[in-house]
Amino acid sequence: MMAALPILAVWLGAWGLNAWLARFDTRATRVLVALIFGASILILWEMIVRAYNVPSVILPAPSQIAASFAANTRTLWIDFVQTILKGALSGWLIGAAAAIATAIAIDRSPFLQRGLLPIGNFVAALPIVGIAPILVMWFGFDWQSKAAVVVVMVFFPILVNTIAGLAATDALQRDLIATWSAGYWQSLWKLRLPAALPFIFNGLKISTTLALIGAIVAEFFGSPTRGMGFRISTAVGQLDMPLVWAEIVVAALAGSAFYGIVALIEARLTFWHPSQRT
Amino acid sequence: MNRILPVLTVLLAIIAVWYVAAYFLNLNWANQQIAREGIEPTFSALFQNTMAQERPVLPAPHQVAVGLWEGIAGQKITSKRSLVWHGWVTLSATLAGFAIGSLTGILLAAGIVHNRAMDQSVMPWAIASQTVPILAIAPMVIVVMASVGVTGLLPKAIISAWLSFFPVLVGTVKGLRTPDAMQLDLMRSWNASANQVFWRLRLPSAMPYLFASLKVAIAASLVGAIVGELPAGATAGLGARLLSGSYYGQTVQIWSALFAAAALAGILVLIVGWIERLTLKRMGLAR
Repeated sequence: MMAALPILAVWLGAWGLNAWLARFDTRATRVLVALIFGASILILWEMIVRAYNVPSVILPAPSQIAASFAANTRTLWIDFVQTILKGALSGWLIGAAAAIATAIAIDRSPFLQRGLLPIGNFVAALPIVGIAPILVMWFGFDWQSKAAVVVVMVFFPILVNTIAGLAATDALQRDLIATWSAGYWQSLWKLRLPAALPFIFNGLKISTTLALIGAIVAEFFGSPTRGMGFRISTAVGQLDMPLVWAEIVVAALAGSAFYGIVALIEARLTFWHPSQRT
Repeated sequence: MNRILPVLTVLLAIIAVWYVAAYFLNLNWANQQIAREGIEPTFSALFQNTMAQERPVLPAPHQVAVGLWEGIAGQKITSKRSLVWHGWVTLSATLAGFAIGSLTGILLAAGIVHNRAMDQSVMPWAIASQTVPILAIAPMVIVVMASVGVTGLLPKAIISAWLSFFPVLVGTVKGLRTPDAMQLDLMRSWNASANQVFWRLRLPSAMPYLFASLKVAIAASLVGAIVGELPAGATAGLGARLLSGSYYGQTVQIWSALFAAAALAGILVLIVGWIERLTLKRMGLAR
């Protein structure tokens, strides 16, 4: 009971500070509030684990995770290269290129669009990760099969978004560029693709997380003796929870960085869009 | 008719491509088998062989259809070979997780709309949490729960809940904020309390957004339940069917489980869409 008092005190203190800071509502305080909240969660986590002697098998303390992270940087780097760079990134690039190319190819046929759009929407809602065991059988245990899973997973969200984006120009704009006697490819390159970019980037951003999930989950079905999914499942078997959490930290950092880079490219390419102008 | 014809055409094209792919992918094994039996390797002999292998690289569509039919109708539904039974195991975890996740999402959204400190503290982390490949911690959640003595439905439901809570949170926050200043001022001029504003203005106007995100959430929670069945050697559920199929090379079993999962996802989304139409009609919001 006594152990709960300082924990409660930290919680109330951090919350009171945030409630006070939130009233100013400037850019700096917004960042500060979010940071304080995150830090207080970490501190509370550490305090709870220590005060109640939670076994590290159930929940390791943040300090233990950090120690494991520092001790295993080499392993973590090898896993990062195997899963994120080789599996997820290459698959994401291939899948995105294929989806955008397909969308442009069927753009000229309204018949195909009407047929493919409902199916694409349906497939985007399906548990596609389930295809992982099949692709692992076809492409072997190494990163090629992971990249294949990622290609299938990211294809449909990007396809659906690109088709919607290519339809986003209105008749007035298309007429204008037609009066300048622009051909199909000119109007595609100069008008419709730029207008579709916000939609395409929406699909690209959604699929960054899907790519990581696909690459990691595919490793549960078979992988060489490296990779994040492999490490997580073997470390769970050895009850080495701090290492598992260190892998999760890597996954979180990689996921955020991946998303952040795509968002940054989006901001550079679609600077004219209302949502980018602040 | 305008919409059915293109969809059917595309579906037929997919099935045709599938048959061709099945022929070529299974050709290698068919060649070996036919050479062993000493039959003349004509096209028709090869074709018949590729369409009816025991463990094909890619089963032909009709093999999957037969596997699906036998899994659903050919067994007693309590049998361990029945897809209905495995589907039920997955479905119960999905629904439990969906209920927990969407309830948490709605409650958090209500808190975020009413409390600025909560908005600024929780929202950035909720968004950041989505760049984390959460499914990666699925095995850990299961093992940790098992070590505390919680097994069966609950660990899977927690993974489902975690996946489904975010779309609901974001959609509901967006929906609860749709009433503009004019409508809020009108409520204030009627001296409405915060409670009344919530129940009579904010919640009704959030309904279309809420249902759109519920549809995303239920599909996500099915994915969560299936992945939750993968790691810890689960013996029941569609995910376990996938895993055992991949261990023993039973490709037909994998594909049947996959299609059963797809059908389940489709049915769940349709049911939510049906409830949406019904609710919006009752509330006079249907367009």
